This record gives sequence, structure tokens and C-alpha cells, in this order.
Amino acid sequence: MASTTGETLAAAEPIADGRTEEGEEEQVVNPWEVSAKGGKIDYDKLVDKFGCQRLDDILIQRFERITGRRAHVFLRRGLFFAHRDLSDILDAYERGEKFYLYTGRGPSSESLHLGHLVPFMFTKYLQDVFKVPLVIQLTDDEKCMWKGLSVEESERLARENAKDIIACGFDIERTFIFADFSYMSPPIYKNIVRIANCVTGNKIVGIFGLTLEDYGGKFFFPYIQAAPSFPSSFPHIFSGKYSKLRCLIPCAIDQDPYFRMTRDVAPRLSYHKPALIESKFFPALQGESGKMSASDPNSAIYVTDSLKDIKNKVNRYAFSGGQDTIEKQRKYGANLEVDVPVKYLNFFLDDDAELLSIKEKYGSGAMLTGEVKARLIEVLSEIVERHQRARAAVTEEMVDAFMAVRPLPRMFG
Amino acid sequence: MAYTKDQLLARLQELKIEFLSCDHPAVMTVEQQAKYVGHLGGALSKNLFLKDKKHRLYIISALENTKVDLKILSLRLGLGKGGLRMAPEEALPEILHVALGSVTPFSLINESARSVSLLLDKGFKSQRYCLFHPLTNEVTIALTPIDFDKFLLSIGREPAYVDLEDCPVVGKDNPPDLAYLVPAEALNLPGGADKVPPTSAPAQTNATLEQKTKLPTQKPKEPSKEQRQKSGKDKPQINADAVADSTNVEKFVEKVLEKISNVFISELTKQSNAEDGNIKDHVLEGVKQRISSDLLSMTMTLKNSVYTQGFHAGIESTLYPLANKKIVDRK
Repeated sequence: MASTTGETLAAAEPIADGRTEEGEEEQVVNPWEVSAKGGKIDYDKLVDKFGCQRLDDILIQRFERITGRRAHVFLRRGLFFAHRDLSDILDAYERGEKFYLYTGRGPSSESLHLGHLVPFMFTKYLQDVFKVPLVIQLTDDEKCMWKGLSVEESERLARENAKDIIACGFDIERTFIFADFSYMSPPIYKNIVRIANCVTGNKIVGIFGLTLEDYGGKFFFPYIQAAPSFPSSFPHIFSGKYSKLRCLIPCAIDQDPYFRMTRDVAPRLSYHKPALIESKFFPALQGESGKMSASDPNSAIYVTDSLKDIKNKVNRYAFSGGQDTIEKQRKYGANLEVDVPVKYLNFFLDDDAELLSIKEKYGSGAMLTGEVKARLIEVLSEIVERHQRARAAVTEEMVDAFMAVRPLPRMFG
Repeated sequence: MAYTKDQLLARLQELKIEFLSCDHPAVMTVEQQAKYVGHLGGALSKNLFLKDKKHRLYIISALENTKVDLKILSLRLGLGKGGLRMAPEEALPEILHVALGSVTPFSLINESARSVSLLLDKGFKSQRYCLFHPLTNEVTIALTPIDFDKFLLSIGREPAYVDLEDCPVVGKDNPPDLAYLVPAEALNLPGGADKVPPTSAPAQTNATLEQKTKLPTQKPKEPSKEQRQKSGKDKPQINADAVADSTNVEKFVEKVLEKISNVFISELTKQSNAEDGNIKDHVLEGVKQRISSDLLSMTMTLKNSVYTQGFHAGIESTLYPLANKKIVDRK
């Protein structure tokens, strides 16, 4: 995948034009650029423009009913907020028809931050509650093409990222991780070409804003990202009665263009259209106007951060909606709309009652910024610590096992 | 915060432990002590404060006449030959908060001594009274073995009685029988001792739960043939330890129990301030909520690690088709 939650490549990429039919564009969202006038993304407009659907309370309740478990905090708090054909997946599941999950990462850097982990944390939840297999694509080839990395460096980064992904807690009995450079083989390549035969260069330009000045590989890559949506790309996993298995793709909403294209192609290859469940962008520590970027270590919490780092970053860089002075804060309360610690707690604090209490007290002035930040530091530290522990246990052999082309006999067990 | 003799005796009284107390001039040996307190009719104790090569600490408390052979105990603890030495003098005030000549099991009441392992002579159990120094060698107290156990349990220690004179053969078929008494955590000893990072989180002190039995530390497995030395990061040893740790079931259960204990105690403390009568339910609910994520993460790591081992074993076994003929044929 070109971009992950919150990460923008705008600085490095040339601005593509002719992106949309409309003239002046207020906000730009595509796999390589995420920006909006005034900093704040209008998600309602985005959903309308893309043509996907909002994930409403009814669907969330359906989730809970079908899975028998409380919905994941990201669903309850609206971080995963849009979808395509999710109802179809749930309908089919209730009828006993399974599906598989497909997600991925573009391994552009060795260091991952919490925003990168968000789609993986959510995908793990989906894997657990539905008990379905998962394929994870590491697009080392894409990073080679877009970031000018050498093949060897991209491959190395892919393996390193795989370790952090594994540390999110995926079940090796039903997870297959693959990197494009090493997995390219007849089954998936044939699908890539089949897809390529359905989509013209014009369409690619229209969706992804490429020009004839761009290297040809960039035109071809969208087909590579589309191919894992079709089960026949993985005959060692999906054969026999699973050869037409449905696919659900959890991703950030900037990936929508890839899969709009894929959904168009699917019926022509007699496959189900892949369903999508999409997330908003994770806010940078500095707030809406900031960009969470790999070049600014203080814009995000990294999985390699020490407890001291986390404390420091939250205290010094997390944008506060609180008042300037304690007296003012007690009198007027905090502006919850722009307060970053509250936003982060919204996604990472599982206890609904406690979150509500914090919002009430902070908004009314009974609670101070320092206290909210302290709670956030606690919550984030727990997550990061747990991740680091799990990461320390991931060996090269474990990566090999996750990436081995092998059947998954108990993938629905 | 170091306990004083008076604080200790006050605690014993709180616990309704009856004891006889006898003041005397400072004594440095059991013989000297016997002159003053022999009339009490109890069993005098000799107390050794020891350390091993990994800077873990032990108190061995034995009856006066029990032969204590450090060489044999070292083997029985799984510390190899000559693994037990006297602890450095500085450790007495630093860790046990007692002066020279005052080593006593009662010093374990101090938080700083939480990782010191205690081995008790099983001979104490049959004595009418046991005699120990109550944190100073100017006093001796006598108490019944049962009351002594009561004290130990109150500081979160499971009394470990051992036949100190037993000399079993320790070898491949007979694992060290006292290995469970080796502390999980090494301490930073004063006096320029090498700093050793703790191998696991410290055990509870104020816990009312029994101290969990210490489990043998597993030797790291040899790095497998497929151990990569990728991209110049030449650290096979770390990977081997990670594998050993992740697939060690005993370590896993130990970590689980420790997590549960820690969270349980902290929830209990939190909830005991609450007004609601339904403390039990609140505590259990709180505990479940707080450790589920950690336990799930740990268990998934365990599962993935053992699958990985099995997977590679499967691949390796294909290198021996004749020996694995049955498996090969079945395919």
C-alpha cells in the first residue's frame, strides 16, 4: 500500500493534476497525498465524493450480534467509519459463507508509529472475532518504484516491518505474510496480467494522477496491489471450495482508489467484489494542521519509543485544547474539538465510562490538561510496552514461518 | 525503609505471635549466643548470607549442629560446582539492613530483601522453640516453628524447609532438586559488583498470596542451523534466548501468575477503598480487564513461537527421508 494511516508523502511527491473533474479542490485524498484547506479533513464530503458508505450504529450492533463480542474500540469511536459492501460480507457470514482478510503495508521506513499500527490492530480484531484467514502484502516493489530505494533495501525493510506486524498478535495458523519481490509467482502474476487487461492507462491516470513523465512501473503497480483481492492468487491457501472466497479489506480511506478499480474489474473475472472497511487518518501529535510524518519524530509515538520518550512527546508536543492558565481552565474548560490527547484517548482508551467522565470534567474545567495528558501517557505506555515485548519475541525463523508458502489447514478453526 | 528491632517486635505482636525475648551483649557466633540464651530450651540457628555467580542472594538458616556443605548445596540449587559464596559484607546493611553477625530470616521483612531466597533447615519443624536475632545481635527471640511460619507467610514468603544434609547425586537424570529456590531476580550488589539486569519483575512484598515457587532458569537453546546473520546484525545469542523464553511453558505460567498476582493486589488495594459491598466482583472484573490484553499478547507469542519451531522441525525432517520413511510414505 502506498500510504498508511496519517502518513503523507506530499513533500516528496510531485503534485498530480487533473485528479478530479471539478476545478478547485479543497481537499486532496489519494494514496500519495492527504491534505485539506485549513487542515481539517471533511470526512462526510470524502465519503460522498468517493461513493462509499458510512458505518452506522446499526452495522456496529450487527457486528456485536454476529461475533458475540463487544465491538472493537476503533469501531465504537468511529475511527473505522466507512465501508463498501460490508453488509454483504455479514449477510454471507451469517449464512455460513466465509471470507478472508487482506491488508498490507508499504515498507518505506524501518520505524513504525502508532498510526501505522492502527489498521493492523483492527485487522487482528477482525481475524479474532470472525476466525478467518488473512493475507498481508508487503509492497517492497512499490517502495522501490516510488521512493527510489534499492531492491535489496526494500526487501530488508519489508522483513523488518513484518516483525512489527507480527508483534501485533496475528495468529500464524491463519496468517500469510508475503513480500511482492519474493512472492511473485505464476498464480499471482497471471491474475495481475488478467487485471491489467481490464484497465486502461487512461483509467490509471484518472485514478492515480500519473503522467507520461512517470516511470512505467507506477502504471503497473496498481494491478499488483489489486491482485491479492482474488483468492486464486493464493492457490496454496484457497483451493477447492474456497477458490471463490469473498474478500474484506481493512484499510485507510486513502487506499479507496485502488480498490474502486479492483471492484470494477472483479465481476469481469467472475470474482466477488472485494469489500472494504475504511478508517480515518490518525491525528498527528501537533493536531489537525500537523502531518504525521516519518521525518518528524515528534509528530507521533513510535513503537521503539521508551516510556520517557512517550512522556516527553505527549507533554511537550501534544496539542492541547486546554486554556492558557489554570484559572481560565477551571472557568471555561477545554476545547475538546482540537485537543489531541482527548482524540488519542478516544481511540486508545477502551473504557467508555472513563472516557466520558474525562471529557465531561475536562470540558467543564474540573480537570486540567496535565491530568489528561498523564492518563494518556499511561494508556500509550501500556500499548507500546506490550508491543515491544511481543516484538522482542519475533525471530527470523518466525518471520520465515509466517512468510512460507504453506497451506493453512485450520484457517477457519 | 529499614525495619528496626522494635518495629519487628511490634509486628509480631500485631500478628498475635508469642515470643520470648532476651537481651544480651552483642554476640558474633552461635557459641557465644548459647552462653546467654541456652537456658531458653530452644534450637539455636546459624544463619548464612550467600550469593551465587549471578549475584542472586540466599539466606540459609540451619540448626546449630546441621552440617551445611556449600559445595553440595550449590549443585542442588543448579548453580554448578562452587557456585555459592559468602555475600559481600556491604550487602548486609544494604540489602538486609542488619549489622555483621546479625543475619536472620527476620531481615526479609525489608522490601530491599524481596529477592533473597530463604532456605530453612527442616530440623526446625520438630523443635519446641526456634531462636533467631530480631534484626540485632544484642537480642535473641524464641518462637514456635508454627508462629515462625506465620510470620513468614505474613511477609509473603512460602516457608521452604529443606533437608540441608541430604546429598543427592545431581546429574543428567537427576535435576537439581533445590533449583526452584533460586531467585528470579538478581540484585545490584554494592561494592562494584557487576550490574545484572533483572530477568523478570520482582516478586510481591506486601502480598498475602504465597510467594510463587521459583522455577529453574532454562539454558538458552543452541542457535539453529538456519539462524540468520542478516544485514550485519550479528546477534544469534539474543534470538536463541528469545526462542527459549517464548516457548518455555514454565516461564510462561510464571509470568502469567505474576501478572495476575500484581494486578490482583493492586485492584484489591484500590477496591478496598470503595464503599460498595460487592468488592469481590469489582476486583475480579478489574483484574480481568487489566490483564486480558497482556495475557492474550503473551499467549499469541507462545503459539506463534511453538508453531515456528514445529514448522522448522518439519522442514529439517525432510532432510532425513530414510529415517522418516513412515512420514514420507504417508505423503
